[in-house]
Amino acid sequence: MKLPANGAFMLEPAFDPAAGEGASRDAVGLGSRAHGGLDTRHGTILTLEDISVSFDGFKALNNLNLYIGVGELRCIIGPNGAGKTTLMDVITGKTRPTTGKAWFGETLDLTRLSEVQIAQAGIGRKFQKPTVFEALTVFENLELAQKTNKSVWASLGAKLTGEQKSRIEHTLDTIRLTASASRPAGLLSHGQKQFLEIGMLLVQDPQLLLLDEPVAGMTDAETEFTAELFKTLAGQHSLMVVEHDMGFVGSIADHVTVLHQGTVLAEGSLEAVQANERVIEVYLGR
Amino acid sequence: MVFFRLLLPFFTLLPLLAHASDAGEFTAADAAGQAKLLETWAAQPSDQRLPLLQALQDGRVGYDDSKHPYIETDGNMVAADADTPATGEVRKLRLNNRLRGLVINALAAQQMLSTDTAVRLAAAQQLQRSALPGQIPALEQQFQGEPASAVKAALALALANLQLTDPAPQVRLHAVRLLGETGDPSAQARLESVLAADAETDASVRTAAQTSLVQVKRKLMVGDLLGQAFSGLSLGSILLLAALGLAITFGLLGVINMAHGEMLMLGAYATYVVQVGFQRLAPEALAWYPLVALPVAFFVTAAIGMALERTIIRHLYGRPLETLLATWGISLMLIQAVRLIFGAQNVEVANPAWLSGGLQVLPNLVLPWNRVVIIGFALFVVVLTWLLLNKTRLGLNVRAVTQNRNMAACCGVPTGRIDMLAFGLGSGIAGLGGVALSQIGNVGPELGQSYIIDSFLVVVLGGVGQLAGSVSAAAGLGIANKILEPQIGAVLGKILILALIILFIQKRPQGLFALKGRVID
Amino acid sequence: MNQPLMVTAAHKAGTPLAIAIGVVVAVLLVSMALLSLLPESNPLQVSAYTLTLVGKILCYAIVALALDLVWGYAGMLSLGHGLFFALGGYAMGMYLMREASGDGLPAFMTFLSWSELPWYWYGTQHFAWALCLVVLAPGLLALVFGFFAFRSRIKGVYFSIMTQALTFAGMLLFFRNETGFGGNNGFTNFHSILGFSITSPGTRAVLFLLTVALLAASLYLGWRLARSKFGRVLTALRDAENRLMFCGYDPRGYKLFIWVLSAVLCGLAGALYVPQVGIINPSEMSPTNSIEAAVWVALGGRGSLVGPLLGAGVVNGMKSWFTVAFPEYWLFFLGALFIVVTLYLPKGVIGLLKKRGDA
Repeated sequence: MKLPANGAFMLEPAFDPAAGEGASRDAVGLGSRAHGGLDTRHGTILTLEDISVSFDGFKALNNLNLYIGVGELRCIIGPNGAGKTTLMDVITGKTRPTTGKAWFGETLDLTRLSEVQIAQAGIGRKFQKPTVFEALTVFENLELAQKTNKSVWASLGAKLTGEQKSRIEHTLDTIRLTASASRPAGLLSHGQKQFLEIGMLLVQDPQLLLLDEPVAGMTDAETEFTAELFKTLAGQHSLMVVEHDMGFVGSIADHVTVLHQGTVLAEGSLEAVQANERVIEVYLGR
Repeated sequence: MVFFRLLLPFFTLLPLLAHASDAGEFTAADAAGQAKLLETWAAQPSDQRLPLLQALQDGRVGYDDSKHPYIETDGNMVAADADTPATGEVRKLRLNNRLRGLVINALAAQQMLSTDTAVRLAAAQQLQRSALPGQIPALEQQFQGEPASAVKAALALALANLQLTDPAPQVRLHAVRLLGETGDPSAQARLESVLAADAETDASVRTAAQTSLVQVKRKLMVGDLLGQAFSGLSLGSILLLAALGLAITFGLLGVINMAHGEMLMLGAYATYVVQVGFQRLAPEALAWYPLVALPVAFFVTAAIGMALERTIIRHLYGRPLETLLATWGISLMLIQAVRLIFGAQNVEVANPAWLSGGLQVLPNLVLPWNRVVIIGFALFVVVLTWLLLNKTRLGLNVRAVTQNRNMAACCGVPTGRIDMLAFGLGSGIAGLGGVALSQIGNVGPELGQSYIIDSFLVVVLGGVGQLAGSVSAAAGLGIANKILEPQIGAVLGKILILALIILFIQKRPQGLFALKGRVID
Repeated sequence: MNQPLMVTAAHKAGTPLAIAIGVVVAVLLVSMALLSLLPESNPLQVSAYTLTLVGKILCYAIVALALDLVWGYAGMLSLGHGLFFALGGYAMGMYLMREASGDGLPAFMTFLSWSELPWYWYGTQHFAWALCLVVLAPGLLALVFGFFAFRSRIKGVYFSIMTQALTFAGMLLFFRNETGFGGNNGFTNFHSILGFSITSPGTRAVLFLLTVALLAASLYLGWRLARSKFGRVLTALRDAENRLMFCGYDPRGYKLFIWVLSAVLCGLAGALYVPQVGIINPSEMSPTNSIEAAVWVALGGRGSLVGPLLGAGVVNGMKSWFTVAFPEYWLFFLGALFIVVTLYLPKGVIGLLKKRGDA
């Protein structure tokens, strides 16, 4: 079964807390098989169930349930300390959940894989603070990030193929950094670093992209451009975007999850969420 | 005045007069008679004979031509029997080795009547070696009435030593049982000699001896374990003093200071200088020099630490590896400077009287005073540091700066000054540690080098930013070191501990007491 | 903050000027070895003392280069490289001791009245096995230590302290007579290597040339690594390890590879050092020696290939002059060097030269 990346289809709020566990197992998604051999036969690329994380008694995440469908673009919003970054840490293997299940596709147990294995399995992450390899040139940054054999032996004798090279050049074009290709990444502006990091995610070609505040420090024009970029990505990739900028969220997201004190407070379309009484109370303000 | 001076010897002689006859008898007798007398006196102790025996032991007894006794007092030979005039030259009484042994034994027998427990204990220990069978009744009597357990144990041993050679098996059995009740290392040797082949023929005595041996060994083991635990604690307290300053400079400020060991060294040298100063200027108060050395060492090292922070380390914040190298350079220069000023040899720092000697807890466990005091001192410094960090304005500022420098600066905390003060505090505590180290080990220019690695391991193990972590890691490392040392040797023990730390870090990369939290990257 | 020294150094290494300088230095060193073979009466003769001194410094230069690979490129400051150097030296020393004692036990063992060789001495009379040990002893130790250290993500100063503790522990171990490596006297009084007298000018010249060759080979290896993707991954690792992990690289393998390679290079340098200098003892493992190597690298400029060589040469040259002229002030000078380099020369002399060149 292959469904087109249909906006209307994606709008449907699939998660209904009242329905109980298992009922909404199939999250919003295209129901398609993701590429790269990942088993996503139920259309869910990421499944988090009953995830709790506690740091010395403080519960950063509390029985959190979250499902992200294949090809979906999900925005996560929530006040500071709601657990957004911890959520990303759990998905990327940086923090182990105290309890709960985390599945990538249907078969990969994220709680058992290391950070590197998770990255290799196809989850890419962009940090809140742009992190690029400052001593390397922009081109070399992309070269390292691109999808290829990343073992020690392979990199000892690695040579760029023409195809890889053109792919990097294409990406440079996409993120508008062609002119700076041979400059050290450390000399880029904040916004350019953000784009470089997004570009690195693109060449890494993950199936799920986690983006932590991708437009922080960007100009309005850059933000607009990023929104366009993300929209073209959705469909081919699944995206999970953590963002504070409601304008930006409004311009990209159809489906929004609101986190509060480590649990999902509300989920649905942006309008529905914005109309939710409790969301207004804790986050948006009256 | 003259009158008093004449009277003085008279007064000092008064106690002797009461049994001047003892002295007379002794000087009059020949060697065999003297031995007999000493044996009798040992069997019938009386504290009135104490001055005579003391004088005999010190070789202060003399006699004249008519064998009248004299006792040397304040350098003058004074007749012990006041009414007899001196005839001819007064000569010193010379005792042969056997007699000297008997004198010591008899003296110990009299000392058993002392009210001072320490004197009685020493006497009982002497009697273990020298008592004669004739003293058994007196010893039995004293054993029954003895209040102090340590003395009682020593007496039991002395009795048992005598009775083991008794021909009657019941007496030997009694002796063997008595030995079982002591926890003295020599009791073990004694019992082992009883059990040695053909030494004891009576079966019941042999069985009892075996039981007693087990008992003694158990008691000795307790003492050994306690001793190991104590020396572990002692090493731990030294590591703690060395590491506590690091816990502040490295743990809180994040500055890795390889010259920290040299702060210990400077503290020890400050102690030396204070000691020399006391020797020159106030020799009568010399005993109290460590107390003066404490503030001196603290302020000297704190001042040096602050100067280093302001001139060098300040420029290296946020570059830990560079700080490491620069402070190593500082340490090289400090070591060489001390070598040029004080010489490359160790200098002598002496324990004052109140820090020498030890506290006898069990027959095989003596706690040296200097170590006991240092453990107490380490705890005191820990508490003081904790109070300073948690209950004062300075501590609040330090914690604020270490947790969020920019925010603290925004709140009006003078971060530069706080850095300097905190660094000075860390260095000053190291200086205090140096004072303690000077009391138990050699003081030389390389003193600090031997502690730096250990104390960094304490910080690594204890986790950064936690006093509790440093305290338990220091105690743990100290005790582990001391428990491993007798089993596999000091060097292998150190290597094993290093391996254990590496393995431990596999499980708890942040150290023992690390705060967990989300990763900020 | 971290300027891409590596990139520029790698690019620069290809410039004609650098090649020219390299060739001149190589020719000088080779001719030094040849000149040492001249009879003493000849004014051009290079004395055995000078040749040994330069040979020693060249060995140190290899250590500096090896240290730079892990510190300058991968960002891990090792304060325990003296241990690997000494292990290589001891492995070679074992062979030399056997060669000197013939069929009997090495002299220090007879002195301890041991009757037979400890098991780890078996086979050390064969030069080939000794060479294997030169590589294996430091390599395996580095592998095991590195495996655990990198697995638990020990980084930064923690890593430095652990390596320092490691070499300290090694020193204590080798100081013991029971360890079977001659206690605090170590190994000395060597006679011959492969049958050639160790003090003859010919042997000295060959050993010197071998050292030059090893240095050249290490330099080439470093240059190739710096230009490969592997080198770029290392640089990335140094600057943003987490980012690299989320790119799908496992940092452990990369760290372990360069760490073991560096240790083996040190071991080889140690193996060439021992026959030239004629002694190896546990003080080579003292933390002071290892940390001194760090200042060679820092002075020369870490993250560049030539810098460490320059640093090792300058510091050791100064040392041999100072310890004769003003022995009391050498430590002051060295200490000041540590401070000045870290405060004012973060990129070392090479960085300074490069700045001049750019300006």
